[in-house]
Amino acid sequence: MKQFLSFVKKEFHHIFRDLRTMFILLAMPVAQIIIFGFALTNEVKNSRIVVWDQSKDAATTSLINQIEASNYFELDREIYSANEIETSFKKGKVKLAVIFPPHFNEDLLHFNKAQVQLIADASDPNVANTLTNYASAIIMDYQDRITNERKLPYTITTEMRMLYNPELKGAYNFVPGVMAMVLLLVCTMMTAITIVREKEMGTMEVMLVSPMKPFRIVLAKAVPYLMLSAVNITSILLLSVYVLDVPINGSLVLLVAESLLFTLVSLSLGLLISSRAESQQTAMFISLVALFLPTVMLSGFMFPIENMPLPLRTVSNIVPAKWYYSIVRSVMIKGVGLHAVWKETLILAGMFVFFLGLAIKNFKIRLA
Amino acid sequence: MSNDKVIIADKLTKRFGDFTAVDAISFEVNKGEIFGFLGANGAGKTTAMRMLSGLSMPTSGKAIVAGFDIYRENEQIKRNIGYMSQKFSLYEDLTVKENIRFYAGIYGKSNQFIKEKTERVLRQLHLSAEADKLVKSLPLGWKQKLAFSVAIFHEPQLVFLDEPTGGVDPVTRREFWHMIYEAAASGITVFVTTHYMDEAEYCNRVSIMVDGRIDALDTPQQLKKTFSASSMDEVFLKLARKATRAAD
Repeated sequence: MKQFLSFVKKEFHHIFRDLRTMFILLAMPVAQIIIFGFALTNEVKNSRIVVWDQSKDAATTSLINQIEASNYFELDREIYSANEIETSFKKGKVKLAVIFPPHFNEDLLHFNKAQVQLIADASDPNVANTLTNYASAIIMDYQDRITNERKLPYTITTEMRMLYNPELKGAYNFVPGVMAMVLLLVCTMMTAITIVREKEMGTMEVMLVSPMKPFRIVLAKAVPYLMLSAVNITSILLLSVYVLDVPINGSLVLLVAESLLFTLVSLSLGLLISSRAESQQTAMFISLVALFLPTVMLSGFMFPIENMPLPLRTVSNIVPAKWYYSIVRSVMIKGVGLHAVWKETLILAGMFVFFLGLAIKNFKIRLA
Repeated sequence: MSNDKVIIADKLTKRFGDFTAVDAISFEVNKGEIFGFLGANGAGKTTAMRMLSGLSMPTSGKAIVAGFDIYRENEQIKRNIGYMSQKFSLYEDLTVKENIRFYAGIYGKSNQFIKEKTERVLRQLHLSAEADKLVKSLPLGWKQKLAFSVAIFHEPQLVFLDEPTGGVDPVTRREFWHMIYEAAASGITVFVTTHYMDEAEYCNRVSIMVDGRIDALDTPQQLKKTFSASSMDEVFLKLARKATRAAD
């Protein structure tokens, strides 16, 4: 035990003396959660639009007022010809044009049918899509109101409720994803690098000659990172709740326990990488390419897994972050208990045992 | 076995697939002796040393190190040996004192022992003033001496030195050998590999490995006589020329 403690103490010396390591370990998680939470959002606010109103009647004025009144749009100016649409897009600020043909209100009243055209700048397809959706929704809303006044015999009205995330906030999606990323980065990459550094410096050899068991050595290397991960989990959760307003609907104990389980999986992956890599660069490269990319791409955090082709969906099953991400979303946002995530938990536990076993086996082979 | 033998190797062999890195070497090292373990690169020195220090399992053969069997009593061997690699293996971002504490700590030494001995060792090395400085600020020669002191800090019966003087200037090398003599005088057996033939002259006995075998083992004087050579350099060249194996 004394051996173990002097080892852990030494490891903390390494961490606290290296500013870069400290930064990666403690400041980056905070920076990431803030960047992802605030900057990376799908919501579009105050987009500039132009309006070409060829009718100038009661209906169009009312519609334009409603569009303007929403948070999403801001009227840049009115235009009076088709040419002006493109010129305003090309200036770059305007993203959407709303065009009312002549006799809009008359058509609406006499033929029960009127047209409005939405032209979006689709050089950024996501924004174009969002904007046309918002605008259509406002127009639909207007239509609903006038239909109600006139009592059509059959109408189907859809009423939507967004459960668990009524405001469709991006942070609900990003917080679990960032947690997975940060834990993976801290535990896997840092553990792998620090063990490989000992190999490079020749200190690993000296330790292997000492009475300290190889397994104890790697365990002692992992402990400080486990502790720092606990700090990170705490700071990320505090930031999400108090800064990003993401609630923890489920059990906090379960959430922390699952996070620690994921930390263990990441640590065992780090140990596995370090048992194979011979240089710090290799360790970093393997961590980034083999772990970080799949975590970002295939965990469901950036791109929905449901939309992927079958081969990618199959591959995503071996990405530990996918399961953790799903657990965090369920526990944190939906507020479910262990009974709903036992399958994912079991998979993570299995991965931990598998990777750790493989890592230990690799270390033994090295010694034989 | 007799108590004055610290290493007894009997037909110790290590194969990697078809390649026989160490080919049935047999030798003995006496207590308190400075034993030079020579050989060209790729002759099998490192592999032999790794087997004796418990880093690698032999394919066949027997060996007793510090009175313990290398197959069955690995743990006891580890407690009784020290090891210094050619990279000196100190942590550059730790202070002199922290390095000593750490290595003594993994040998399970008590705080009391570590505290008292650290002061003594630092005084001997004239490093007392630098005790709280980071190792990276020390000159290479001091790092090397510190690394040696760390390797024998836990008072092992036997210390393995793997090319301990690589890249060090001649004056510091001489001072370093002075430390080796002191350690040997205090009863620690020294098992040292080196590429410097003048250092081979400082050893009590020297073995020379060629292609995985020990081709010669005797005192430097006797070796020079046997090979009718004027220096150990000549002895080494005469033997090493026979090598068929490519250096790695």
